[in-house]
Amino acid sequence: MAFFEAKDIIKQYAGHKALNKVSISVPKGSIFGLLGPNGAGKTTLIRIINQITGPDSGVVLFNGNPLVPNDITRIGYLPEERGLYKKMKVGEQAVYLAQLKGMNQKEATKKLKVWFDKFDILQWWDKKVEELSKGMQQKIQFIVTILHEPELLIFDEPFSGFDPINANLLKKEILELRDKGATIIFSTHNMGSVEEICDHIALINKSEKILDGPVDQIKKKYRTNTYELTYTGEFDKLEQVLNPDFEIVEQQKGIEHNTLTVKLNNGSTSNELLAQLLPYLNIVSFSEIIPSMNDIFIRVVNENKKI
Amino acid sequence: MNKIFIIIKREYLSRVKKRSFLILTFLTPVLIAGIYAFMIWMMLKDDTESRTIAVINESQLVEPVQSKDFTTFKYLNDTSFEDAKAQMEEKDYYAILLIPKNILESKTAELFSYKQVTMEVKSEAGSQLRDHIEQLKRSKIIAQANMPDLEEKLAATRTPISMKTIKFGEGGEVKQSSTEIAMAIGFISSFIIYMFIFLYGVQVMRGVIEEKSNRIVEVIISSVKPFQLMMGKIVGVAMVGLTQFIMWVILTGIIITIGTAVVLPGVDMDSLQQAKTLSELPQGAASLNADQLKMAQDLLGTFDFGYVAGILGAFVFFFLGGYLLYSALFAAVGSAVDNETETQQFMLPITIPLILAMYIGFAVAKNPEGSLAFWGSIIPLTSPIVMLVRIPYGVPVWELLLSMVTLIGTFLFVTWIAAKIYRTGILMYGKKVSYKEIWKWLRYHN
Repeated sequence: MAFFEAKDIIKQYAGHKALNKVSISVPKGSIFGLLGPNGAGKTTLIRIINQITGPDSGVVLFNGNPLVPNDITRIGYLPEERGLYKKMKVGEQAVYLAQLKGMNQKEATKKLKVWFDKFDILQWWDKKVEELSKGMQQKIQFIVTILHEPELLIFDEPFSGFDPINANLLKKEILELRDKGATIIFSTHNMGSVEEICDHIALINKSEKILDGPVDQIKKKYRTNTYELTYTGEFDKLEQVLNPDFEIVEQQKGIEHNTLTVKLNNGSTSNELLAQLLPYLNIVSFSEIIPSMNDIFIRVVNENKKI
Repeated sequence: MNKIFIIIKREYLSRVKKRSFLILTFLTPVLIAGIYAFMIWMMLKDDTESRTIAVINESQLVEPVQSKDFTTFKYLNDTSFEDAKAQMEEKDYYAILLIPKNILESKTAELFSYKQVTMEVKSEAGSQLRDHIEQLKRSKIIAQANMPDLEEKLAATRTPISMKTIKFGEGGEVKQSSTEIAMAIGFISSFIIYMFIFLYGVQVMRGVIEEKSNRIVEVIISSVKPFQLMMGKIVGVAMVGLTQFIMWVILTGIIITIGTAVVLPGVDMDSLQQAKTLSELPQGAASLNADQLKMAQDLLGTFDFGYVAGILGAFVFFFLGGYLLYSALFAAVGSAVDNETETQQFMLPITIPLILAMYIGFAVAKNPEGSLAFWGSIIPLTSPIVMLVRIPYGVPVWELLLSMVTLIGTFLFVTWIAAKIYRTGILMYGKKVSYKEIWKWLRYHN
């Protein structure tokens, strides 16, 4: 079931542990978010997957088999620190990078032209890289990463350096690749993008994995039983009306409507809350506040700090 | 591995196609040929400035100095030294030669001038006077002795000796050798090696820094091993160096051949004339000429095929060995820094042995058998340069082999170390790296 698996990875640098018994399991055809603050160890883990560096202990399984050097042709990697030879021509360089991934020159050229056309940069084929805008260079890097149709794609902070339009284009392409069957590992500290496209996540902080699972389950797990309602009518003295199980988190006066945020404690239900409030208020809307991944991220990291 | 060839190809082509490479490759031979031509021109031209030298002859000698080539001796009779001095500017005399009354006893003549007289004028006047007086004395003796054919007999006693240097070969056979040419070959080849290690070692370093600062290095090492990238670069740059060197040799050869073919017919006349005037010179100069001729023959004699092939083979081996050893170090330095200005602290341990090697080379040229020569040509950091100085003089086979094996061994070891530094260094950004830090990297096991 798991297409890619890392088990109990330990990686130690002199006097500093980069990864401490980290395990992740990436299901086939999913988009897996590798999250964590800067310096948590994400890039080290990714480099281990790419065989740029090796783990001190632990195993990396690719489709059930231990990782072998030849697997790099089945992996596409877009590093966070990425660039191109500035003095080299665009097309020539793309073909070179494709050849290093094991493609032959003819095949690479043919495929590259298709992708260049799709991304509307074909007219830059014979230009030098230094003449290109940063966005265009990023497009080329993306194309080179996926050109050899790898089964596993690894993007390290893919959206950094992209303008919103190109970021959207990239997102669309990533989802399309997933739909075509590729498995994708996605490393970032930008939580917004995680919610939109990731199916699974693992959260790494200070060299240890502190949370993982499917995104919807994690969200469910970290919900806080907090509800928000907008209403008209009575504003003050609501505390006296509600029984102690209902904790008022926040109350705001608006121009048209007031808002009230209430946390439900001790197993009380939303129906009970509504029943208590109805006699006093005219309710406009009522909804549960679902924590964003950003909130969960900050919360888990902070909880971990205390321990 | 196929991939290392792809890397070598890129490293090679991207450099060879650069305008600076083409300019350097084609311009240098023109420059060398130009310097060569200039030197020939200077030599043939010699000193063509016409000079008139006033001669005040107070002695009994009859016109002991004769005008020759561009130097005119003008005898001023009945002119006092003071008058001659006063006329110098007006009559455009270069100098005044004063031959005193008692020259046969004092053996001294005086040459007065405002400017320092040239060597040529001085020696011309001196040798003519000497020869004249010698001839005079000899004639007197011959006349007194009253012996038939004494003049011819005396001439026959003149025996110029040319010293051939002959070296015993390994098998005891004798080889003609020339100290001068051995020295020249040793110096030129070791200097070429020195220059290429520097030039192309730094190119390797720059290439590594470029990849690092462009941030392309991680993209590449997700496809190939860092070691492959490093070696691909080193080999690719080595081939660029060899290409350039071969082009230089070929182009310089072509230019000089064409140049001499075109210019020589004109030049030949001049040099023939010169040879004629040389032979007219009194015996001293003529024997010197014979010596030179002898040396040229020696040089030709030295050029037997085995000798040249041996030197060439050693040159290629130590050229490559030295380059590979040093460029691996240069690559390691490049990987440890973020930009070229930071390289200085790490460059020192690389440049010092190189420069030291060149100095040892100078010393070894004087004494190619001493212990400095031995150790300098065995220790691999200096051996590529020092050994090349020694080889033309002949080096025992076992020493040569020991030096080669040590060089290969050290190259492998240094490359292994450099690869360790390299593979950590290329992924380190924005960090001021110290020697301590590098020591730590060596102990990482990737």
